[in-house]
Amino acid sequence: MDMETEKKVVANQAIMTARNVDVFYGKKQAIDNVSLDILENEITALIGPSGCGKSTFLRCFNRMNDTIDICKVSGKIEFAGQDIYSPKVDVVALRARIGMVFQKANPFPKSIFENVAYGPRIHDLAESKAELEDIVITSLKRAGLYDEVSDRLEDPGTSLSGGQQQRLCIARAIAVDPEIILMDEPCSALDPIATAIIEDLMESMKRHYTIVIVTHSMAQAARISQKTAFFHLGKVIEYGETEKMFTTPDNELTQNYISGRIG
Amino acid sequence: MRDLTLTTSDQLKKRHAKETRFQWYGRIAILISLSFLVFMFVAIFFRGAGAFQQTKIGLDINFDQTLIDPTGTGDPEIIANANFKPLITKSLAQAFPEVTGRSETRALYKLISSGSVFELGNMVKENPELIGTSQKIWVTATSEVDLYMKGKIDETISQDLRRLKDRDIAWVKQLQESGVIKRKFNTALFNNGDSREPEMAGILGAALGSFFSLLVCFLISFPLGILTAVYLEEYAKKNRITDLIEVNINNLAAVPSIVFGLLGLSIFLNFFNLPRSTPLVGGIVLALMTLPTIIIASRSILRSVPNSIRDAALGLGASKTQTTFHHVVPLALPGMLTGTILGMARALGETAPLLMIGMVAFIVDIPKGVTDVATSLPVQIFLWADSPEKGFVERTSAAIIVLLIFLVLMNLLAVYLRRKLERRW
Ligand SMILES: Nc1ncnc2c1ncn2[C@@H]1O[C@H](COP(=O)(O)OP(=O)(O)OP(=O)(O)O)[C@@H](O)[C@H]1O
Ligand SMILES: [Mg+2]
Repeated sequence: MDMETEKKVVANQAIMTARNVDVFYGKKQAIDNVSLDILENEITALIGPSGCGKSTFLRCFNRMNDTIDICKVSGKIEFAGQDIYSPKVDVVALRARIGMVFQKANPFPKSIFENVAYGPRIHDLAESKAELEDIVITSLKRAGLYDEVSDRLEDPGTSLSGGQQQRLCIARAIAVDPEIILMDEPCSALDPIATAIIEDLMESMKRHYTIVIVTHSMAQAARISQKTAFFHLGKVIEYGETEKMFTTPDNELTQNYISGRIG
Repeated sequence: MRDLTLTTSDQLKKRHAKETRFQWYGRIAILISLSFLVFMFVAIFFRGAGAFQQTKIGLDINFDQTLIDPTGTGDPEIIANANFKPLITKSLAQAFPEVTGRSETRALYKLISSGSVFELGNMVKENPELIGTSQKIWVTATSEVDLYMKGKIDETISQDLRRLKDRDIAWVKQLQESGVIKRKFNTALFNNGDSREPEMAGILGAALGSFFSLLVCFLISFPLGILTAVYLEEYAKKNRITDLIEVNINNLAAVPSIVFGLLGLSIFLNFFNLPRSTPLVGGIVLALMTLPTIIIASRSILRSVPNSIRDAALGLGASKTQTTFHHVVPLALPGMLTGTILGMARALGETAPLLMIGMVAFIVDIPKGVTDVATSLPVQIFLWADSPEKGFVERTSAAIIVLLIFLVLMNLLAVYLRRKLERRW
């Protein structure tokens, strides 16, 4: 992978840009004129009080909001230089390149193998059975789950523990080889140990993928992310280097939120 | 002062009394409904049990070639058209040498069912070697003799009021003494179609009629119902039109079944000229009737598939159709199948709509396909219950028992499928 070393040298580029994004649920505005860039091979954290629109904004990136009838998105979001809300865009192809991991682990009620193999199968990523197995095993390894499940790939995915299920969902997302992985509070249902495992995992995944994560844990955002965006009432109050944000925030609101005075 | 003991408050006693009273109301309610059910089953069983046996008379029959096939051709056509009545009368004359005179012998012959000649005919047709031999054959007795043997004829009332006269009873007793009159398993009940003679009447025709109707019903209502439910639940946008459709589906589920029968009569028979009295039309009408039930059941099952499964598939880049048919429908299918079977069980018991499309005729022939005229089990029960002959009383109950068994089997199948195919998520 010589591409990687090359990337390291060059300063990270914006892989995804949002400009003047508004989101409405019916008449209610959930996102108000948000603009920000997501940089390649970095972890970007979205933080903010409950109901401020983090999930809504995250779901704009892979157009998951399309599944909600009353949700209307306006503004411009570009991925690799293409407007993803242009009518010509194939949403299916978009979602294959921008994976998603949800708050509640949601494995399919199928075997562990089938869970991971489903994505590559529908996108025709494997030419043979051996290749498919290869993809499944690589994905499970990257998600740090392979050692725990290697001897029971045929067991149902739902038989795993909560933390394992969430890593299975990460493996499933990795298997279609996306460029970006969106994570909506992936650790909120997990205990500290499982959380630590997933955080380590994200750290190692950063080399291959760009990650956008919504989290309620300030500590988690501080630990793992390079950039942080603070949302409040549908607006981005502050966006920048995580380190700076958690030490010397520009905005008083940010300061208050980070120190736990508003929540 | 506050009572600090935890066991002796008055309120506790009151609460306990209230709970106990309420539990007893519930138990009594269950007991009442159960006792109705048990009463019904017991009554039907006792009435119907007798019909599973039929009185037979053992006769020494000489399959005389000169009577069956005089020129010895062995042609099945000739054998089928032969008259087997003389075989029986001859055998009876041997068994009762003292009976002479035209009216006497005719009365004696009346102990035997008029259907016996066909039974003998079929026997010879299947087994031509019988010709020329003498065999002991158990021929079917008439329903009157059968009732007498089952103790359902009161000998003490005047013989003018009975069809079985004292003389007939004496003959039956004579047969009893020589041990050639016996109750045997009633195969005719399961092998024959309808008949004017209770002893020859069977439910096979009606059962097959029901089977073919349900087959048509399933083939139409299952795919239509499931596609409708999937479309409405997974694809259709929520708006006025879908609301209207939803309300109307619920209304249709409540429409009395006879209305569907009238619809079938005017549309399928009068307009499309489909063959009257056939399982084809019956099945279509039953399908119309069960469709709303299936749609409603399937939609609620689809709604119970968690959205996180849909999100997971969509998030991986599965299309709407892939999401629906790879994940949602397979998860919902066992439930939808169960709903369909329960709907079909209701259709099996349906009578009114079938009356409207003419599946109520007297039909002896056993249907071989969906376009042969037929009746159905519940209609057969209705027809027999309506017949004046006393012999049909127990057959009616027997047919009800068979119908109930089918219903229970279908419900068990539904439970089994639910248990077996249900996957947890
Ligand atoms: N499907 C929906 N229909 C209508 N309104 C919605 C819907 N989803 C979210 N909203 C509204 O949009 C706003 C933002 O919701 P969102 O879920 O994005 O918040 P969030 O920041 O993710 O909150 P949390 O941290 O609690 O997950 C909220 O006011 C919410 O009520
Ligand atoms: Mg959220």
